[in-house]
Amino acid sequence: MISLSASDSPAPAPADAPALPTTISVQDLAITYRTNLQKAPTLKSTLVRLGRRERIVREVQALKGISFDVPEGTVMGIVGANGAGKSTLMRSVAGILAPTSGRVEVHGKVSTLLSLGVGFNGALSGRQNVVLGGLAAGLSRKDIAQKYDEITAFAELEDYMDMPMRTYSSGMFGRLAFAVAVHMDPDILLIDEALSAGDAHFKEKARAKMDELAAKARTMLIVSHGLGTIRDMCNEALWLHKGELMMRGAPQEVIDSYTRFLKVGETSATMEDF
Amino acid sequence: MNPVVSPEDDYLGEHHVYEPHRVGLPRFGPYFRELWRRRAFATELAHTKMDAANTETVLGQLWLVLNPMLLASVYYLLVSVISAGRHDGMDYLAHITAGLFAFYFVSTSMTTGAQAVLSSGRLIMNTPFPKMLLTLSTTYTALRRFLPTMVVYLAIHLAADRPLGMVLLLLLPIFLLMALFALGLANVLATLQVYFRDTSSFLPYFVRIWLYVSPVLLTADQIRDKFRGLHVLNPLYSLLGAWTDVLDEGKVPSLDLWLQAVGWSLGVFVLGSLLFMSRERDFAVRL
Repeated sequence: MISLSASDSPAPAPADAPALPTTISVQDLAITYRTNLQKAPTLKSTLVRLGRRERIVREVQALKGISFDVPEGTVMGIVGANGAGKSTLMRSVAGILAPTSGRVEVHGKVSTLLSLGVGFNGALSGRQNVVLGGLAAGLSRKDIAQKYDEITAFAELEDYMDMPMRTYSSGMFGRLAFAVAVHMDPDILLIDEALSAGDAHFKEKARAKMDELAAKARTMLIVSHGLGTIRDMCNEALWLHKGELMMRGAPQEVIDSYTRFLKVGETSATMEDF
Repeated sequence: MNPVVSPEDDYLGEHHVYEPHRVGLPRFGPYFRELWRRRAFATELAHTKMDAANTETVLGQLWLVLNPMLLASVYYLLVSVISAGRHDGMDYLAHITAGLFAFYFVSTSMTTGAQAVLSSGRLIMNTPFPKMLLTLSTTYTALRRFLPTMVVYLAIHLAADRPLGMVLLLLLPIFLLMALFALGLANVLATLQVYFRDTSSFLPYFVRIWLYVSPVLLTADQIRDKFRGLHVLNPLYSLLGAWTDVLDEGKVPSLDLWLQAVGWSLGVFVLGSLLFMSRERDFAVRL
């Protein structure tokens, strides 16, 4: 059903299951943003525009009808240039953005680690953010209390949890975001450009945790510009370009085509996570 | 994986289907079940923000009581100066504080509610959840700020030798109507604010005018005489009128007043909530 990369994939799907159940099914998904060209729509500018009978709503087709299925246990890498629709795809799988047309079907509990952090508020302390984020995601206070120590220990932020998050370094911010996402017991983990969080030591730890989750046959979608991450971690990859699905296949093949397309080789700039 | 999740759960459960529905209402069953299940988020958010609001002032949480006391003194002075002594004394102070504190409950719910969605933009972009939790949270904040003011009022009520008795129990249903009204308004304003960022700039002026045309500084009778029929267009005429009828005179509000209050309260609550719910899935692309 799918082509797995043969050699060093850390997360092979269980070999004894001939046809794995589909976890994520994306069917002809299109998402169009109707964005105002102004940053913040105000009443005055709207009145002025109505008076002039002009419309400055521009449609941005972030995704133009893409379809794919993700079987259980797949670690799917998603590559593509800026503006390819990668983050939009992640948000629609998470149920944050509704499809303009098409359909997304998801079996399982989703945990998101999207590019803006997990919705942390800089004015609040790390502790408050973890509790609020957990409650918003539907966990009970008891669940959160159980996981809290694990999360802070994993992020190595025990001494900082009562400080406002605006005082955190970006690495600390990212570490906490990552720790929260992986401790939510997700069936499906969506990770958008977050592996670069933290220093080399934390990256190692994050990788180990991801491998552990992948080994438990959890499904993951990983968006990264670090092609090395995609190659090492994923057993399948998608390449998106300007809202269209260009290619799906083994990570190495997809990366080869993608880098050929970009006319860049596998340099350290494309392979490392930054 | 997670014991708290029910299978038909729209947000967290085992199976989700996302289809085009940017405008239109979500299914009520799962929506309200989820809203109820995550209510702890709304209260936690309110407590967190209230703690944060007063941590840097010297007097801290004492401001929750000081604020209404200072406010009442300002308006009491204002009106007794302007009316050249026709309105003064404990009795008038009690009337003003009763109305003013209730009015501030509604207006706090409006002004904080208007920011409810925008101020949680990052959360909305990262977690799917019923967004009405955000306006529930701001209205709950208004409630938490309102409760200490009632302690201040109680002291004034006793000092002014105002009526006590079973009739005061009527305050509970009246307050419930006020709270539904306030939540409905918060829903309307939070939605408007997403589309028109000017909304919250207009609000303070609107609130000020609303204060003057409601039975707060004046009594309900004075308002009725002044506006000759138009007063029924003001939802707070009936809601605050009923409130001050009970507190000022210890009398049961007239049936007419009850009907107006129930009509406004349920109407604004239902329509405001439907507006909010029909637009909330569009918020993520508008932030």
